[in-house]
Amino acid sequence: MKLKSVLMTSAAAAVALAGMAAAERGSDGEVKIIYWQAPSILNPFLSGGTKDVESASMIIEPLARYNEKGELVPWLVTEIPTVDNGGVSADLTSITWKITPGLTWSDGTAFTSADVAFTYEYCTDPEGGCAQVTKFEGVTSVETPDALTVVVNFAGPTPNPYGPFVGGESPILQKAQFEQCKGAAAPTCTDQNFGPVGTGPFVVDEFKPNDVIVMSANPNYRDPAKPAFAKVTFKGGGDATAAGRAVMETGEFDYAWNLQLAPDVIAQMQEGGKGTPVAGFGPLVERLMLNQANPDPARGDMRSVKDDPAGGSEHPFLGDPAVYKALSMAIDRTLLVEIGYGQAGKVTCNWVPAPDAFNSTSMMCDTQDMEGAKKLLDDAGIVDSDGDGVREKDGVPLKILYQTSTNAVRQDFQALIKGWWEELGVATELRNINASVFFGGDPGSPDTFQKFFADVEMYANTFNGTDPQSYLGNGLCDKAPRPDTQWQGENISRFCMPEFDALHAKLRDTAGIEARAEIGKQLNDMMVQNGGMIPLVHRGRLSAHANSLGGVVLNVWDSELWNVADWHRID
Amino acid sequence: MLTYTIRRLILSIPTLLFIALVIFMLLELAPGDPMAQVPLTVPAEVKEQMRVALGLDQPSYVRFWKWIVQIFWIEPKVFIDWLTTSSGLFGWLPDTAFYERCVGLSNLDTCDYRALSWQTRSPVIDIVLQRIPQTLWVVGTAYVVGILIALPIGIYSAYRQYSWFDQAGTFVSMVGFSVPPFFSGVLVIVIFSVGLGWFPSIYDTTLEVNSWESFKKQINQMILPVMVLALQITAQISRFMRASMLDNLNQDYVRTARAKGLGERVVVMVHVLRNSMIPVVTVIALGIPSIFGGAIITEQVFKVNGIGQMLIGAIQANDLPTVQTLTFVFAFLIVMFNLIADVLYGILDPRIRYE
Repeated sequence: MKLKSVLMTSAAAAVALAGMAAAERGSDGEVKIIYWQAPSILNPFLSGGTKDVESASMIIEPLARYNEKGELVPWLVTEIPTVDNGGVSADLTSITWKITPGLTWSDGTAFTSADVAFTYEYCTDPEGGCAQVTKFEGVTSVETPDALTVVVNFAGPTPNPYGPFVGGESPILQKAQFEQCKGAAAPTCTDQNFGPVGTGPFVVDEFKPNDVIVMSANPNYRDPAKPAFAKVTFKGGGDATAAGRAVMETGEFDYAWNLQLAPDVIAQMQEGGKGTPVAGFGPLVERLMLNQANPDPARGDMRSVKDDPAGGSEHPFLGDPAVYKALSMAIDRTLLVEIGYGQAGKVTCNWVPAPDAFNSTSMMCDTQDMEGAKKLLDDAGIVDSDGDGVREKDGVPLKILYQTSTNAVRQDFQALIKGWWEELGVATELRNINASVFFGGDPGSPDTFQKFFADVEMYANTFNGTDPQSYLGNGLCDKAPRPDTQWQGENISRFCMPEFDALHAKLRDTAGIEARAEIGKQLNDMMVQNGGMIPLVHRGRLSAHANSLGGVVLNVWDSELWNVADWHRID
Repeated sequence: MLTYTIRRLILSIPTLLFIALVIFMLLELAPGDPMAQVPLTVPAEVKEQMRVALGLDQPSYVRFWKWIVQIFWIEPKVFIDWLTTSSGLFGWLPDTAFYERCVGLSNLDTCDYRALSWQTRSPVIDIVLQRIPQTLWVVGTAYVVGILIALPIGIYSAYRQYSWFDQAGTFVSMVGFSVPPFFSGVLVIVIFSVGLGWFPSIYDTTLEVNSWESFKKQINQMILPVMVLALQITAQISRFMRASMLDNLNQDYVRTARAKGLGERVVVMVHVLRNSMIPVVTVIALGIPSIFGGAIITEQVFKVNGIGQMLIGAIQANDLPTVQTLTFVFAFLIVMFNLIADVLYGILDPRIRYE
């Protein structure tokens, strides 16, 4: 009931807001959006790239979306199904969506449950290579008892059934348009992939891949007063600096996405006076992963592999609590945030810093404690015994190879952290690897982040939606990358704790947001306090809009353009 | 001359095939993964399925053969169909239908697969054709403007060697050579778009020139990128022109011409210039393929989104079919313009004869 009342108030607020803007469809002319990564395709099922998902979200829509607070809002349905209102079955194995009556596609035909069921078939076709197939994990069937009812059945109890058809990554495709494009035929349907028919506020007039999309207001949009803009020019390409400049300094564009720029650059652009940056915080965390396995090249095939029956697979010193705690204490996170991210970053000690309910408050790490870190190591007997400035643990010198992807901010972080660690008495060697190799996952390359042929590596990761269950699952023992899984697996640090696995199993069976949040926080603390990783910065997303553009609500839980129908011109 | 041209044309076929193979092998051996830009939240199994859907599970020689078939057999079919149905030149011919278009599941087994980009899942050649106009407008204009400025500068600099005009020309050329476009491009944006607000910093590729107003807009948005590119081209060609003129000005035939009592104007503009143009024409002709190749950095800076931007985007996304096709198109143009330059030599200089 609580969820529903929240939804009612926000819906009422939205109506009131729209009432103030009191416009008729298309009365505000043209809005110009710039994404420095250009959209390649308007079918997010075939790409998965953020640029493609977000540009398509103006045209095709899911049944329900997340709002800027991470709460579910009904989009093409009458309400969010819950156990209380009977929409989710008591045994948590099915969810029933009721489509809003009278909804039409932009071509004027009726939007029915058949379209929803077709989307499921389209994405789960084994030959299609659908990028969003995990949204349908655990789904056994999608039934359509009548034209306005969709029942999604799961293989087992699913406490969080809001995966399929929820959020910008899982929009509904029109059956009539895509029927011939399933499976192996998916890539041959260029016209469909470039101009999907949708229910969203805009329709595609012209699509130039990797360049520009021209859209106009959908004449059949469900709210007759929206969208306020008659035309959208969605330009792609260039770089973040140029995009920020075009909005905040020259005023050529109205909205610029994801300005990953140095804080002083943003501040300087803001002086242009034509636009304003806005920040939003999802669960993205820049972190140091600590290798629990031994990356010594001498180990040959078993390099960076945990659980070698022959022994010797443990990391020689990173498993020692004194070492990983001291490494963390020696870092000045406040300075890192200031240098690297400015208003788009916050200090965090947590693996899951958002949504708020899941953000653990049990640890503090916003001040650097170099003396404390040194003392910790001294007390543990890890001292520099041979006078070369590097401490030894049981005769093994604390020498760390610290790798990350090539990126200006990351190299700044590396240099700073190396300075602090060397002061602590830990020799640090730096390495950076081209991002497409590092994140590429090629099992033949020794330089991927999964292989982790280093002691420490730094990158950022996040999860979609608001429930971190599968993300927390990245700490399970069996998710560690190994040669027999072609080095695939999400447990990059090879963290393994039976208690963690047991608690995660409990999370999978628990319903109810409070109880889930409680377990989530415990899992978070367990990972961080046992040396699986050192979280550094909670990274936000910074976008900018022109001062004359109203209605922008930055949303990190869904597409940034989720409420583009409400955007309007202010004078 | 004709037999020579035909011999060169035939010889270029194995050359091009070899180039195609080398490009393919280079891309094959280079590290990188087309799925690298897919967010980390997409699991590895899904990425693997997406790779299989792109055809990456097949051995490399199969993929190379498929690409050869697509470029040398299917694309020509598409081209011939287009010529006979839609083009003005051959539209009077009976319509042909060599190419069988894929329309989803109904003809999946029999239809012709064109070379598809991995990023957009659409035919690479279609995107190339969509982008050529932008590139030709901007880079082509810059090339013409650059040549028109460079030739007089080169001629006068050589004629008045070490004068203040020559010194100034040398200075500007050095600046043009040494300042990279990622600096000069941003510099002119900061001055003329941010500071003065005269020209846009972002090129509008959707603008259709169909009225005086839109033509003025087009000129307006072309000025900055053309300025940046023309500076480089001017620098290069004016140096060549000057050097070539200097070589000829000291020749005996120039003294003879002056001794005959010919005017300075005729001596320089007719006798010296014509002889000096031979190496310059080669340089200009060999530079033409680079117009089609686009200007990678300048296009990126001004968001012209032409061929150069397409190439760099495809390289970053590890979109191998696009990179392969584009580099092959460039290779083709370079081989062809080399041939054209050689033939032009023969026309300009009657002493050169090919047998």
